[in-house]
Amino acid sequence: MLELLQKPWPWYVAGPLIGLTVPALLLIGNKALGISSSLRHVCAACVPAGIPFLTYNWRAEIWNLVFVLGVALGGFIGYRVMGHPDVVGISPETMHDLKTQLHLTDFSGLLPRELFSIDNLANWKGWFFLVFGGFLVGFGTRYAGGCTSGHAISGLSNLQWVSLVAVIGFFAGGLLMTWVVYPKLF
Amino acid sequence: MKYFKYLVLGTLFGIILTKSEVISWFRIQEMFRFQAFHMYGVIGSAIVVGMVSIQLIKRNRLKSIDGEEITLADKKFNHGIWIGGFIFGLGWAITGACPGPLFAQLGSGVGAAAVMIVAALAGTWTYSALREKLPY
Repeated sequence: MLELLQKPWPWYVAGPLIGLTVPALLLIGNKALGISSSLRHVCAACVPAGIPFLTYNWRAEIWNLVFVLGVALGGFIGYRVMGHPDVVGISPETMHDLKTQLHLTDFSGLLPRELFSIDNLANWKGWFFLVFGGFLVGFGTRYAGGCTSGHAISGLSNLQWVSLVAVIGFFAGGLLMTWVVYPKLF
Repeated sequence: MKYFKYLVLGTLFGIILTKSEVISWFRIQEMFRFQAFHMYGVIGSAIVVGMVSIQLIKRNRLKSIDGEEITLADKKFNHGIWIGGFIFGLGWAITGACPGPLFAQLGSGVGAAAVMIVAALAGTWTYSALREKLPY
């Protein structure tokens, strides 16, 4: 049992558990699963700057910020306390592609250190991967009204066709970046 | 204390995201390159279980533990849905993380996640400031 908790979980364990988070949130507090809203609440709480979209009673959404705090705590427990393999077990094809196209050599950890170290902010890679990438995530999710949790999981679970449009958008952007932009960058 | 239940559920959610490695940039690359079923299995089975659960809640008119009627708002279409979705998709492939995983990465000890979260906050703030000028 202990070993099962330590090893990475297969999709058929993790997926259904993620799915159960949707009814769990509804049952414990009539709340819809959605993580990206927390970014808006933080902006509204810290730098509203008179912007109408950031002027609302964010205190009514504190539950969302507490949930996100829990997600960070879960990252600590799931990785540091429960243990993890040194290398994420991605397919050999992906590893090959990343070695040849992106010239990655270090596959340890959750993210490639060669692209995601803070020291990289001294060159274009850090600004592209950390700053530009993060900016697009924050801008795009709010423009679309949700992210993977709010649209893909919560929205599609509730049969919202609008969320399907959003998810198609997510994939169009992701595929363009991976297949068209990445090969030109490296 | 009324928020404690959300802390517990958020923590469980973070553990699941971490243990299934969906917070890994490598997994997201594998997904966008169609080289493994893992991510599709996670997202797909999550949707199926969520869908069945919501149907059960609706059909049985279940109430929340506080006795509230459970309501789910319908999402309305506007052009921001796909334009914003596309922009987020670009960022998802770059950072290898959607907002939930960014927070889980930070908790797991990835320092760079802090920079990405601040950048994401700047993105959300910029969207908020430009909102009236954007196409919908």
